[in-house]
Amino acid sequence: MNVFAISALGGVLIGLSSVLLMAMLGRVAGISGIAGGLVSTRASGDRAWRVAFVVGLILAPLLLLALRGDNGVASPDAGLLKLAIAGLLVGVGTRIGGGCTSGHGVCGIARLSPRSFVATTIFIAFGIGVVFAVRHLGWGGQ
Amino acid sequence: MSNLFALLAGLLFGLGLDLGGMTKPAIVLGFLDVAGAWNPQLLFVMAGAVLTTAGGYVLVLRRSHPLLDGNFRLPTTRNIDMPLVVGASLFGIGWGLIGYCPGPALASLAAASPKTFLFVATMMLGWWLGERLTRRCA
Repeated sequence: MNVFAISALGGVLIGLSSVLLMAMLGRVAGISGIAGGLVSTRASGDRAWRVAFVVGLILAPLLLLALRGDNGVASPDAGLLKLAIAGLLVGVGTRIGGGCTSGHGVCGIARLSPRSFVATTIFIAFGIGVVFAVRHLGWGGQ
Repeated sequence: MSNLFALLAGLLFGLGLDLGGMTKPAIVLGFLDVAGAWNPQLLFVMAGAVLTTAGGYVLVLRRSHPLLDGNFRLPTTRNIDMPLVVGASLFGIGWGLIGYCPGPALASLAAASPKTFLFVATMMLGWWLGERLTRRCA
């Protein structure tokens, strides 16, 4: 199988996960929402399933390590300040914007949500813009 | 029972992220690098994910409620507002800096890299901060 077919298969698994979560728990598989809900200051009696989901996420590379000797994870190539700022932006942005690549990009678009189409277009555009600026305009001293 | 299915869903999701190459920031950045050596892998991941979810949702949402809960929790906001636009912009910038979005970042904690811990820590701080901000301006 070529890499694009495998990638598509990966997408199908993500889709199956989303469908499973909706079928069983009635929840959108938006990671920023699921995990973000764990740090929410609102008193929440529904933390357990969120923890379970995130545990599942983290278990996946460990399972892969056991099965094929490789957890498939690569370390980001960036300094500490860049990592910290990027993390903050991703956190604040996904919270304010109400979703991320899974919540808006997959689940929202799958539901034909206009909000999600707009959000996805915007964050992909900015992602492309930043990479262009860093790699081709020399921003950030790269 | 719900927690078991949530765990299973998370596991499936993580496996999908791996097959899609999303736990490798370089692959994600390669997708965003349209002016350079463009890597379309993510496009195939998105296509597979969206099509599967769309089809599955059509079937699942026909029911009156999910199997283990009383209600489907679907977003009710409809309008395209400033928080959506600003939020998506900030997220996109953060995503483009490292190539991490929430899912892959969390899954990558499995490799126990200090860099990933740092990113996830500030991401969680960002979630907390974002919630305070939206409450203040609401």
